[in-house]
Amino acid sequence: MAMHPKRKKKLILVLAMLAGVGLIVGLVLYALSQNINLFFSPSDIALGKAPYEQRIRAGGMVREGSVERAQDSLQVTFVLTDYAHDIQVNYEGILPDLFREGQGIVAQGKLLASGIFVADEVLAKHDENYMPPEVTAAIDQAHKASVKAEESAQ
Amino acid sequence: MSWFDNWHLPKWFYQMASPKWFFDFGARLQPWFAALALLFIVCGLVWGLLYAPADYQQGNSFRIMYVHVPAAILSQSIFLMMGVTGAIGLIWKMKVAFMVARACTLVGASFTALALITGAIWGKPTWGAYWVWDARLTSTLIMLFLYTGVMALNQAIADRSVAGRATAILAIIGSINIPVIKYSVEWWNTLHQASTFTLTAKPSMPPEMYMPLLFMVLGCYCLCAWLVVQGTRNEILDQERQASWVARYLEDQ
Repeated sequence: MAMHPKRKKKLILVLAMLAGVGLIVGLVLYALSQNINLFFSPSDIALGKAPYEQRIRAGGMVREGSVERAQDSLQVTFVLTDYAHDIQVNYEGILPDLFREGQGIVAQGKLLASGIFVADEVLAKHDENYMPPEVTAAIDQAHKASVKAEESAQ
Repeated sequence: MSWFDNWHLPKWFYQMASPKWFFDFGARLQPWFAALALLFIVCGLVWGLLYAPADYQQGNSFRIMYVHVPAAILSQSIFLMMGVTGAIGLIWKMKVAFMVARACTLVGASFTALALITGAIWGKPTWGAYWVWDARLTSTLIMLFLYTGVMALNQAIADRSVAGRATAILAIIGSINIPVIKYSVEWWNTLHQASTFTLTAKPSMPPEMYMPLLFMVLGCYCLCAWLVVQGTRNEILDQERQASWVARYLEDQ
């Protein structure tokens, strides 16, 4: 049974509607992409894409060894990096449990003219990799062993 | 377009169009869906919540994914199902297709709500916030609004065939949101992590963690199949109550 011409017309109509609206939505999303991005990366900020003195979000990795906590307050400073550019973040408050060096985070706050980012909220971003703790321990050990072997070779 | 004229649809496609045939066929499928759903969900939950290893960063709180991920997958699959059956109803004037689409709405909306709620509960301890307006979360919320829109439209139009056509158009257009949800984590910067499972790469999770998840996803598919078939059969009884076979069926009960 071949397809009825009426059905064929309707099928084409439905597909055309889907394609048309899809194209419109695609163009709108493309035009708004800067607003849909949740955060600016340190590179965006370094290239001057982020506005100063406005509430924005900055996202990236916490650079290893950059976290400094004040002794007498909750003040903490760290360097946010995307391994191309760095930005210094000042924050006062309680950090989420997953906050640690080498971890991805998203900070909300203001970018000062001095280039320092003052955050009033820090959210931890975790990646899509899940591992049992024993596996991480094994990887760490293997990594340390290889570093040691390299050092002794030198 | 000659391929169009030579296009043949399988026989079962036309059989499905008969309410009575669908009602009986659905009744035969339902026990299988129910049994498989129970088996997979019980095994998946016990395995995932009690025996799967804890995550190296998140500890035990990552276990909520055994509910969150299946709910999120199903909410999108059911929306697509609603769009496709709506389109079939529009093109082939198939009453049963509209009934399936109608049965999808409440099931899909419930799973979307479940995904959003479990996501919020998961977000607080890991991210530090219940809700963030990132692309993945926002597009999923839009899907919940689309589901409620379809439900409201269904309620507002008394004539079932008019309601079927109107909601089909909304569902087809709303389906454009599905790829947006799926690829939101790749197209934009989001707080939500990328997908652990992709068709091209190995899952970024060991088998003892993803096997229970796979069980839960399969179980939820079976559960949804059962719910949608049941909803469609109820709809058939309601809309075909003038038919003699329905009267005979109800007498037998």
